[in-house]
Amino acid sequence: MRVNNHAPNQNIVEMAQSSSEIRRFPGFLPITILCLVLLYAPLVIVMIYSFNDSRSITLWGGFSLRWYEDVFFGLEAAKFKIAAWNSLSIASMAAITSTVLATSAAVGMIRGGSFRGKPASFALISLPLMVPEIVTAVATLIFFSTIGFTRGYASILVAHIVFCIPFAYLPIAARLDGIESFYEQAALDLYASKAQAFWRILLPLMAPGILSGFLLAFIISLDDFIITNFVKGAGIETLPTAIFGSVKQGIKPNIMALSTLMLLISILLVTVSFFVGKSGNKSGR
Amino acid sequence: MATGVKIESGGGSSSVFGSLRYWLLTPSWLVIGFFLVAPVAMMLIYSFLTKEFRGGVIWEFSLAAYDQFIFDRGLFGDEPPKLEWTYISIFFRSIWQAFSATVLCLLIGFPTAYFIATRPIHTRPIWLFLVTIPYWVNLLIRTVSLKFLIRDSGPLNQWLISFGILDSPIHLINTNVAVQLGLFYSYLPFMVLPIYASVERYNFVLSEAAWDLYANRWTTLRYILLPSVKSGIIAGCILVFVPSLGAFLAPDLLGGAKNFMIGSLIEEQFKGNAGNWPFGAAASMILLTLVLIVLMVYARQQSRTESKYS
Amino acid sequence: MGGKIQTTAIKIENVKKQFGIGENAVTALTGITIDILDNEFFTLLGPSGCGKTTLLRMIAGLESVTAGTIFLYGQEIKDLSANKRPINTVFQQYALFPHMTVLQNIGFGLKMLGKSKSEIIDRSEKMLELVQLGQFGDRRPSQLSGGQQQRVALARALAPSPKVLLLDEPLSALDLKLRQAMRVELKQIQEETGITFVFVTHDQEEALTMSDRIAVMSNGELQQIGSAQEIYEQPRNQFVAGFIGETNLFDVIIEDIQEDQAICRIGGTCISCTVTGSAVKGSTRQISIRPERLSFTSSPEDGHITGVIERLTYLGTDTQYLVQLDDGTIITVRSQNAHESGVNVQPGERIGLELGKGGARLLMN
Repeated sequence: MRVNNHAPNQNIVEMAQSSSEIRRFPGFLPITILCLVLLYAPLVIVMIYSFNDSRSITLWGGFSLRWYEDVFFGLEAAKFKIAAWNSLSIASMAAITSTVLATSAAVGMIRGGSFRGKPASFALISLPLMVPEIVTAVATLIFFSTIGFTRGYASILVAHIVFCIPFAYLPIAARLDGIESFYEQAALDLYASKAQAFWRILLPLMAPGILSGFLLAFIISLDDFIITNFVKGAGIETLPTAIFGSVKQGIKPNIMALSTLMLLISILLVTVSFFVGKSGNKSGR
Repeated sequence: MATGVKIESGGGSSSVFGSLRYWLLTPSWLVIGFFLVAPVAMMLIYSFLTKEFRGGVIWEFSLAAYDQFIFDRGLFGDEPPKLEWTYISIFFRSIWQAFSATVLCLLIGFPTAYFIATRPIHTRPIWLFLVTIPYWVNLLIRTVSLKFLIRDSGPLNQWLISFGILDSPIHLINTNVAVQLGLFYSYLPFMVLPIYASVERYNFVLSEAAWDLYANRWTTLRYILLPSVKSGIIAGCILVFVPSLGAFLAPDLLGGAKNFMIGSLIEEQFKGNAGNWPFGAAASMILLTLVLIVLMVYARQQSRTESKYS
Repeated sequence: MGGKIQTTAIKIENVKKQFGIGENAVTALTGITIDILDNEFFTLLGPSGCGKTTLLRMIAGLESVTAGTIFLYGQEIKDLSANKRPINTVFQQYALFPHMTVLQNIGFGLKMLGKSKSEIIDRSEKMLELVQLGQFGDRRPSQLSGGQQQRVALARALAPSPKVLLLDEPLSALDLKLRQAMRVELKQIQEETGITFVFVTHDQEEALTMSDRIAVMSNGELQQIGSAQEIYEQPRNQFVAGFIGETNLFDVIIEDIQEDQAICRIGGTCISCTVTGSAVKGSTRQISIRPERLSFTSSPEDGHITGVIERLTYLGTDTQYLVQLDDGTIITVRSQNAHESGVNVQPGERIGLELGKGGARLLMN
């Protein structure tokens, strides 16, 4: 991230030079299309059938919004509303907490120079990513049970914070890595205290990465199933666990409506995160 | 400026925030240390404890969990041990499933990644976006959607029948194939992205040189391109294989009782009163060890390749 | 410099810098001692990696001092953090804050010092005028050219009225014409404001044109301090002689010593060299002869030293000649093309050379 360009842009034409004939592989385009079809088909089908008027899940009865109504006002609506509230509130708090922790860790790692234990530190921060989710779930359950941490809202929140940290960390660290250290040095040279240098100079420059990290952590928390399922105990549901429980009894149309809603929200959040990240690289530099 | 770089450039350990690094890192270290490392250690301990009747444990050392894994000691536990295949076979099946899913992802993911990497520069982010959006949808929802699609009475079968391709529905659900499909669906972007990154860095002048020397596109692929993008391919395979090993949702929703994988086995141990916590802990430890071995081999490979070229 | 007693602005006392510890330690600076005077334009000159930027950053407080100390107008500042030193830096990469306007950048130091809003705006605009960017106050750094950014960086560093201004190769990214114009501007600003400038560069022409005094550095060591003329005319050692301008270097045996001159032999001919430091008869030393101190005599017999022209290179203002002396030694001669016909010698021709008084210097070991 440079304010000015000292070296002429060295990313001169690379692949565009080679004749497209050399680069083309027949059959790769169809496979790519197939890939995209495979990826979207199930989701699109669910979306379509969520508007199915018929109660039978397999016969098409015409377009209708009744299942969406059912989600919000039907028999299970209350259950879903509470679950949604749990999911959203936990995701918000977990995302905020893990983003703060991740920001602090990123500054420590990226600006800390090389120190003994730095690779171990990085391994520790990314540990939640490397341990299989089910192992984390089991370990957390066992641990909470041993120390007497009652399973419930708080236990879910704590577990979420832990695995959100590396997800928030990665975009923040990536962004910080691209910010040259002379900005904060210039701030110090101009009589700013370290705190002022951080708040007024480094933090604004890191903002797109932090926002990206926050959104990423938010989505990850919102979507989590396995760990939540293990540590939540009996009395509480989040949206994914509620959906799972419902699906176990058979796929009902209102589930498809709910799924479509969640699907659209996820896509919206990712798109926002994507554009936030991109804008950070362009303007205001 | 080769030798002068370290001396002339500022920053490093004398940078503004450098001296605060331990303060900045400790909170995260504590959180992860206390809520992940300690739990895993606890889990290790549990795997050596005795099972309590209604789930939970009795704090008594025992190798019963690991023993149960491998040996069948009969109904009352006093017969000479025979090899217990049930659980071992579950592990092998998991490895096989994860492997198949990886191959499937590779077969579809490599051409896709290559294709995207050879698009005009400004369109590439759009393609990548398209490929990764589905990933951002809740895994549970994606798996449920897949289940919905391929059920006996699901839209896929209906379509095929109504178009006359089939007479009766193909039984896809609750088969190995369904699980593999589910795993493929879950982790495909993880195969595409690293391969894309590698191909994007590939200099096609090398292909031109190969053509100049009478290679065709397939021999170029095999002898020139693939070796160059090897690191991306391996990274993609690891990123698909490892999560697939421990997956729960795909085998549970799509595989049914006959297609248990490690994830389902473990989950069962902690459900309600029939559970066997030490056994579940033991199975988790074995899974974790497997995964860590794979990761360490990979890490060692990486550092060896790096030191070779630095 | 007349009879005026000059105050020492910065006193660098036996300063050492080491990066890292143990076997991986890299020594960037070994025992540097420099006195920089008040109101001086002082330059640290040397090739990449010689430690000049490290020394500058240590004055700024952005690098720690491993050993030795630094005084600012008599006060020890070694342990003072950068934001407590009344010293400001113009960074090589400018380091303008991208999310602030030009005016906000310039006013930043004053804001951190807690000045009143009106004072900040006043002073910032004054600085903007000083660097002739009056209309650009509301722009962002990314909207400015390299030269404009450089001037904003300068204005920003000058705004808080520092006691000393540090400049880390500020002109290195500019093209030649701009660089030359900026050299003049910088010198003018220094004279107008009276602030002590410490300037770092690897470009000797820059150092020679702008500085009151120059400290030549190499490999973390101080080679020589002096005015431009002193450095050029009286280089102390081989490095300084070779780094600034061109020179001929010869190993000779001192045959005799007369007052401040040492007698030695090149090309078979005896010449006298000005002695730096001490000289011992019979010892082997190195001498430096600047190419322009040799002139051609009208005929070979008149020349003190004789030889044959090997090659000549036309350089516009001068012509450079490679001459082989009678004993095989090669020497470079420069002659100004002052007349239309020039010196008019051809390769292969036998010529005579005259060495100007003081043209040969004995170098320190």
